[in-house]
Amino acid sequence: MPIQKNDQVQLSHGGGGKEMNTLINDLFFKAFSNPILESQEDAAQLQLSGATAFTTDSFTVDPLFFAGGNIGKLAIAGTVNDLAMMGAIPEYLSCSFIIEEGFAIQDLQTIVNSMAEEMQYSGAHIVCGDTKVVPKGCADGIFINTSGVGKIIKQNISVNNLVADDVIIVSRDIGRHGAAILMARDSLSLESELTSDCATLWPIVEQLIAANIDIHAMRDATRGGLSAVLNEWATASNVGIDVDEKNIPVSSEVQGLCELYGFEPFDLANEGTFIIALPRSAADKALEVMTQYCQCDQAAVIGYVTDEHNGKVVLNTPWGSSRYLDLPQGELLPRIC
Amino acid sequence: MIKLADLYQQFRNPDTIRALSNRINQLASDIDADINIMEVCGGHTHTIMKYGLNQLLPSNIKFIHGPGCPVCIMPKERIDHAATLAQLPDVILLTLGDMIRVPGSKGNLAKFRSQGADIRPLYDPMDAITIAQENPDKTVIFFAIGFETSTPMTAVLIDQAEKLHIDNLLFHINHVLVPPAIDAVMADTQSKVNAFIGPAHVSVISGAKIYRPAVEQYNTPIVVSGFEPVDVMESILRIVQQKHEDKAELDVQYSRAVSEDGNLAAQAIINQYLTVKDSFRWRGLGPIPNSALRLKDEFKHRDAEVIFKTQLPTEEIDDHKACQCGDILRGLSNPPDCKVFGRGCTPDNPLGSCMVSSEGACNAYYRYAGVSHANPKK
Repeated sequence: MPIQKNDQVQLSHGGGGKEMNTLINDLFFKAFSNPILESQEDAAQLQLSGATAFTTDSFTVDPLFFAGGNIGKLAIAGTVNDLAMMGAIPEYLSCSFIIEEGFAIQDLQTIVNSMAEEMQYSGAHIVCGDTKVVPKGCADGIFINTSGVGKIIKQNISVNNLVADDVIIVSRDIGRHGAAILMARDSLSLESELTSDCATLWPIVEQLIAANIDIHAMRDATRGGLSAVLNEWATASNVGIDVDEKNIPVSSEVQGLCELYGFEPFDLANEGTFIIALPRSAADKALEVMTQYCQCDQAAVIGYVTDEHNGKVVLNTPWGSSRYLDLPQGELLPRIC
Repeated sequence: MIKLADLYQQFRNPDTIRALSNRINQLASDIDADINIMEVCGGHTHTIMKYGLNQLLPSNIKFIHGPGCPVCIMPKERIDHAATLAQLPDVILLTLGDMIRVPGSKGNLAKFRSQGADIRPLYDPMDAITIAQENPDKTVIFFAIGFETSTPMTAVLIDQAEKLHIDNLLFHINHVLVPPAIDAVMADTQSKVNAFIGPAHVSVISGAKIYRPAVEQYNTPIVVSGFEPVDVMESILRIVQQKHEDKAELDVQYSRAVSEDGNLAAQAIINQYLTVKDSFRWRGLGPIPNSALRLKDEFKHRDAEVIFKTQLPTEEIDDHKACQCGDILRGLSNPPDCKVFGRGCTPDNPLGSCMVSSEGACNAYYRYAGVSHANPKK
């Protein structure tokens, strides 16, 4: 019997029998169709040559649906972005679902459709996958793991490659995903037009590579936000990084949430915002390429690399004082008073 | 509609901050003595360190970071109470923010949560009502913390629990009061404090009048300040002006929110349910008489300390010997003076409570102050 819209996922959908085949055929194959996946072998056969990037990520977001995306979009954009940040073409993905018994088929369909749509932005394909259904209470709705491989077409992009006098560029306003997720949680009854920045970055990266921009380091500022990326770079490359607060784009909505709860936009997660370190001489051209793309019209130079205070990130205020921008620590908890 | 950015940017306007800094430097250069300002509230410590305001001031203005961080002053035995309650069968323990991270004698609440205790940090204390209603077969205990600022929220919760007959919602009250803490700091003969920045949100509730006795008794300026950088800089200027004119007065810089008498409705509901406790042992400061609140006797059916009295530990537990939180909270030391600061004691692994909360002095120094220590900018 074909899967019905109003059904719920049953334990039998993960049991390896008829029901599982129906789920796979009606939902996953329809959305993700491509010859490698449909060959239904035990493993996908790939033709690879040269340096290849390989990455994996698991997605457990709460809530599953948020302004600007859902867990499915996130699961594709997240892994594709990790490949893009290494200068690799996102080519082949794996996809594993862990689904809680009783999960609505309609929600699963929405998630799967978002995944299919998001893959169109990079041209990546899901070539293998797995589905497990666990008893009610053993998972929180749905967990997704995606892994990805892709051919590296721009070599030597690395956290170790920052050198003094490089400049730091951020691709857009920061903190939107973290803020949107906080806002969507039941416990914060706030209303706003804020949406997550969740997006596939490959089209922009592809243009930067095509323009032959000399990228030293590139990273999407996911968990831990801008602070985490800059601190990781400062440590890995053993350099100092100075950023100017006034040049860092932050939307009014994100700033507002931070003011209310005592957070810093630098610490909030992003899912479609990336940071680049590159020679000062390449900055103008990079900005020109980035601002041609709609999501990058706020791209800005926010700071520079120095050989002072190695391993540390310094934030300069607009009134002439400065402080360390440290790694965020622990859970993000709202201030008390 | 006013844009949020326009609102707060006025309070972070670089030109205003620079102008205030210039004026403070000018006036302070006429004053020979050190001006030792205690900012009582951790929120102000955070503003000073986060925005680097200390780097904009002359060397004869020194900050002494006060005890006004509700997480920092919580002694280990009270955390142990929370941990004990959370581990009782069928109990849900609720608390606010950073409290989850404060180490007790056997670990912090995050550790007990990972071991299976049902401990939930709340964004909004009123969520306690919903949680209690949704879990009628559980005992829900609100571990209430904070100064005068957050006390009204607890009082409203008790009020709602009474009116809606939510019998499974209990309270463990740890609300403390600012004026007795100021007295405790000034009673110390070693204290160098000769001016105060008065708390912002505490004063919104209690009114500025609560500081009048301290102004007179200690002959010291107290300027009630807002939390934004311009607020704090203006308050410092007002302190310096008073010193310049040899005055000691109560002054309210945060006049957009603070009145002489405060929020009378909030005070009334607090007085309806809570009363002053004989004594409360503050972390670092020791026992201070009349410095905290408890549930009134007629509401003891909601008092977790009364109901679970036999299960709760009574032993007083001091901080690690090397930890100087006590001296820091009394303004006798600065965080970098402490031997374990940044070495044995970090935000990842705090020995003392001043390192835990973002409002704690050690945490603020650790996060922000390395720059000003390494190469002070003037």
